[in-house]
Amino acid sequence: MPLIAKQIYFGFLFLTFCIYSFFVYTSDTPSDAKELMTTDAQAGKLLFQQNNCFTCHQFYGLGGYMGPDLTNVISSPGKGEIYARALIMSGTQKMPNYHLKEQEVNSIIAYLKYVDKTGVSPTMKYTINSDGSVNYNE
Amino acid sequence: MIKKNLGLAFISLGLIALLGGLLFGSIAALQFVFPGTLDSLPFYKNRPLHVSLVVAWVFLSSVGGIYYYLPKFIGAPLHSERAGRIHFYIFILTGILVIFSYFFGKFGGREYWEFPPILAIPIFISWIMFGWNYFKTVFTTAKNWPVYQWMWGTGIFFFLFTFTESYLWVLPYFRNNVVREITVQWKANGALVGSWNMLIYGTAIFVMEKIKGDNSISRTKIAFLTYLLGLTNLMFGWAHHIYNLPTEQWIRYFSYLISMTELILLAKIIWNWKSTLSESKKDFHILSYRFLVAADIWIFINLTLALLISIPAINLFTHGTHITVAHAMGSMIGINTMILLASCFFIISDAADKNYTPGEEKTIKRGYWIFNTSLLVFFVCLIIAGAEKGIGIVVEKLSFAEVMAKINPILIVFTFSGFVMFVGILMVVIPPLKKAISQLRK
Repeated sequence: MPLIAKQIYFGFLFLTFCIYSFFVYTSDTPSDAKELMTTDAQAGKLLFQQNNCFTCHQFYGLGGYMGPDLTNVISSPGKGEIYARALIMSGTQKMPNYHLKEQEVNSIIAYLKYVDKTGVSPTMKYTINSDGSVNYNE
Repeated sequence: MIKKNLGLAFISLGLIALLGGLLFGSIAALQFVFPGTLDSLPFYKNRPLHVSLVVAWVFLSSVGGIYYYLPKFIGAPLHSERAGRIHFYIFILTGILVIFSYFFGKFGGREYWEFPPILAIPIFISWIMFGWNYFKTVFTTAKNWPVYQWMWGTGIFFFLFTFTESYLWVLPYFRNNVVREITVQWKANGALVGSWNMLIYGTAIFVMEKIKGDNSISRTKIAFLTYLLGLTNLMFGWAHHIYNLPTEQWIRYFSYLISMTELILLAKIIWNWKSTLSESKKDFHILSYRFLVAADIWIFINLTLALLISIPAINLFTHGTHITVAHAMGSMIGINTMILLASCFFIISDAADKNYTPGEEKTIKRGYWIFNTSLLVFFVCLIIAGAEKGIGIVVEKLSFAEVMAKINPILIVFTFSGFVMFVGILMVVIPPLKKAISQLRK
């Protein structure tokens, strides 16, 4: 393969990649996710990262496997804010008690409430199409 | 000590990082099935230690290979030996800080890079130095680059791109929209894996070519077409991670389409199977070749799995389950580690004055089989656990606790196979590591 052909293909691919990345960065997300997080939820997000909660928990099925997916912990039947708050404050056999202050717990709850509004995980309602694609949570 | 042996120093440190990563991984697996084990170093510290050390192994050994091969085999002395040494020292210093940050529970990053974001700066700077050194060095060679030089250059360039992209979350535009942030995070992570695959597969082609003594392998049309197909997948084939995220449908469709182009690679492997098999029998006595043969088989297995979970109808049941872990660990151990061990054996045999003793060689060969057999058990356990979890949650609508209780026995077998695999890798790694360290001391 001549050098120029390789360079042209590489250049074309990279340019396409940059345009594609731009569209991914600016693509629409569900209307609820467009609402900016409250200051409290933003603090909760940082606490989530600082305590490495993702090492055990998931959002939308992405993260660790030790604990449950927390995307809809606030709205799931039998769970909810009180349940989440109790577990954060006391810990479990698998989850340590991080001894968070009340304000920090409130922030994490605010963050979980925000995430809960953005979508549904795991997928419970779906249609599988003949080409192998799926319509999620219709 | 590293002045004349920069490549060897990198891979020795890489082998130590591999053993460290396996140690923390084994403890983390034990904590997964028996909560409360070793409470002084809990799971949320162990897992990042395991992941970061294994990622360090991948980078140290692939970068070490490039530093070794360029002057020794490609006839391109490094543009700056000093920059290479600074790269090494920055890597060690940052690595120590990252490990300490985990031990003391100081996090703040995202998956793969859980350390406080400030530590990304030295990693970024050292990589720029490495890239500058690499391109300055290879631009002195003939213009008709073999494919592995393209692959190494691509891997270096795209690592910088994806590493930067993985820190876009620090900007409020991304950070304050969870769907966008997760989308971009997994776009970056997908391409990041693609970028290290470029470094590793380039190394595999290089080692294979040197063992065969046939310099035309890396200049064939098929080698370049395969590279370009891999590059296309690096850029656009990542979205199977986020199929169930409420993003726009075109992102999923486009990625699904691109992922399916890997069927060409699968067909190529099957097509070449017969000749690969007869050739492998001929050179199987060469230690580094032995690992390349194992990698070839694991590529077939993992590529088949990757193709299957890229089909949205299957991904629906496998996403967020241990099948994803099987895909990640199967690729990291079965493909990447096998290839990088082949490279380490090749370099250490070349650099050391003495051959392995018969006893050492016997230990390595036994370790090789223990390693591969236990990896197969490990992999199958994850597939079974993942299938049970996927069906349990999506079809049977079981709770997380119910599913975990159901799959716990299979995870105990998985943990046990992990420990056996650790023993196998120790048997494989200790003899060459001892040889490399004694060579560095000279």
